[in-house]
Amino acid sequence: MKILVVDDEADVQPLFLQCFRKEIRNHVFDFDFAFSGEQALDYLKDKHSEVVLILSDINMPGMSGIELLSTIRKDYDNPPPLVMMITAYGDEETHTNALQLGANDFLTKPLDFNLLKEKLNTVLHNG
Amino acid sequence: MSFLTYLSIFLLFNWLNRAVKMTQLSFKWKAVLGIGQGAAAVAYFVLKKPLSDEVHLLIGSIALGAIIKYFNEQEDFKSFRSYFESHYPLIAVGILIFLISIVVPSFYDEYDQYFLLPLVAAFIWVISRWAASKKQREELLLYKAKNEELDRLVAERTAEIQNQKEELEATIELLQNTQQQLIQSEKLASLGELTAGIAHEIQNPLNFVNNFAEVSSELLVEMTQELAKGDLEEVRYIADDIRQNLEKISQHGKRADSIVKGMLQHSRTSNGQKEPVNVNNLADEYMRLAYHGLRAKDKSFNSELVTNFDNSLPEVNIIQQDVGRVLLNLFTNAFYAVHQKQKELGQTFRPKIEVSTRLQHNNIELTVKDNGTGIPEAIRDKIMQPFFTTKPTGEGTGLGLSLSYDIIVKGHNGNIAIESEEGNGSVFIITLPII
Repeated sequence: MKILVVDDEADVQPLFLQCFRKEIRNHVFDFDFAFSGEQALDYLKDKHSEVVLILSDINMPGMSGIELLSTIRKDYDNPPPLVMMITAYGDEETHTNALQLGANDFLTKPLDFNLLKEKLNTVLHNG
Repeated sequence: MSFLTYLSIFLLFNWLNRAVKMTQLSFKWKAVLGIGQGAAAVAYFVLKKPLSDEVHLLIGSIALGAIIKYFNEQEDFKSFRSYFESHYPLIAVGILIFLISIVVPSFYDEYDQYFLLPLVAAFIWVISRWAASKKQREELLLYKAKNEELDRLVAERTAEIQNQKEELEATIELLQNTQQQLIQSEKLASLGELTAGIAHEIQNPLNFVNNFAEVSSELLVEMTQELAKGDLEEVRYIADDIRQNLEKISQHGKRADSIVKGMLQHSRTSNGQKEPVNVNNLADEYMRLAYHGLRAKDKSFNSELVTNFDNSLPEVNIIQQDVGRVLLNLFTNAFYAVHQKQKELGQTFRPKIEVSTRLQHNNIELTVKDNGTGIPEAIRDKIMQPFFTTKPTGEGTGLGLSLSYDIIVKGHNGNIAIESEEGNGSVFIITLPII
């Protein structure tokens, strides 16, 4: 299952790679990374058919996670990828906003990787 | 005839006595003058019978001469000298009459009634001199009184001016204190704007610290398992991962640390110490703080942040806290300008803030560029003035740019240049000399 992680913090990459060591090694999950909304869209241009799930931070300079979400929902609806949003604070307004724009789930920072694993496994088995 | 001479002596004592009355001289001279006055009267009457009028006149004249000589030598009666000297004709006439009566008695006997005339004339002269001298002294007294009044007025005015000067000095001190307080409160106001940005900027590294720590502890569990299995290559692999994680933890810990230190430094009163600082890091830090500070207030706000740093830039000696304030101010203004424009134009407008550094001869040039509302031509000259602000009441102190100007130009011998086009954005260029 290919997952695209979008976050402006570069260290998210080693963090994910280590958290999901076993899964990556066993080819359960495959992670790719983009460090801005713009990069994510570039990536999706070629590979949108491979990506099952997009995990995106909301608070990013330039194109925000919300904008990225609305673009994805507009441009890629066949099949629509799952989008999980990551927010820094328990911010109701963005939460509702993201839901309306078609976010599938939410995670809050700091990421609880056990919870994330559970969610990813659910997606894997249901999808 | 001797009567006029004795009368003159009597009047001399009498008038001097009256003149010194109510002055400091009175105590010293009162007795002498009183006795002199009495003695003159007594001598006249006592000597009148036994002596001939001419001898009597001679004695009177000589006595008068001696008295005049005595008083002439007294410093206390300096101002009476013209009056004293007016007695000379009287003395001379008295002595002359006596001499004539001795040398040519027949002539004298024949015309003796005429000899009274010069004596009377000399006497009138004395009296007229007295009157003149009295008038003169009265005028002198009047001048003296006027002088004293003037002195009093001058003293009064001087005291008044002195009071005003002290009041002004107190006011200036008050103003200086107020200025210090204003600078401090501007600092605190900007710190308030920073708080949300700081919270975000600390939260991010903290998240990494937590996440990397958790992962590492999981990795250690795995490592123990691999050890039990005897897969040493995997153990080595995991150990290397853990080492990298610890590096990340320390790196993000330091990041949070530098932000907290920066915040503390920002709120503290400047110690004015210049130290070598990497301007790129400083600019990056404050751009993020300003950005997240604004975002915390308005979630809908978003901006592209572009950094064009010259990584070969040498460290430059600056007061980090002060230049940090300037940067924070410039970034806050830039974000404010693009935010205002976004409110006007809506989401189609893409805000962009660009910070660049480069080396220019012996200067570091730092440029903050935005594509916001720009600065209207009409106010471009005023924006560096204290208390000038275009923000609504309560949102800006109007001190930011004026303090920035002071810090860069007066504090660091640098320069702030502004290029702006209304509607298209502004560029602030800071030049700092490398010393």
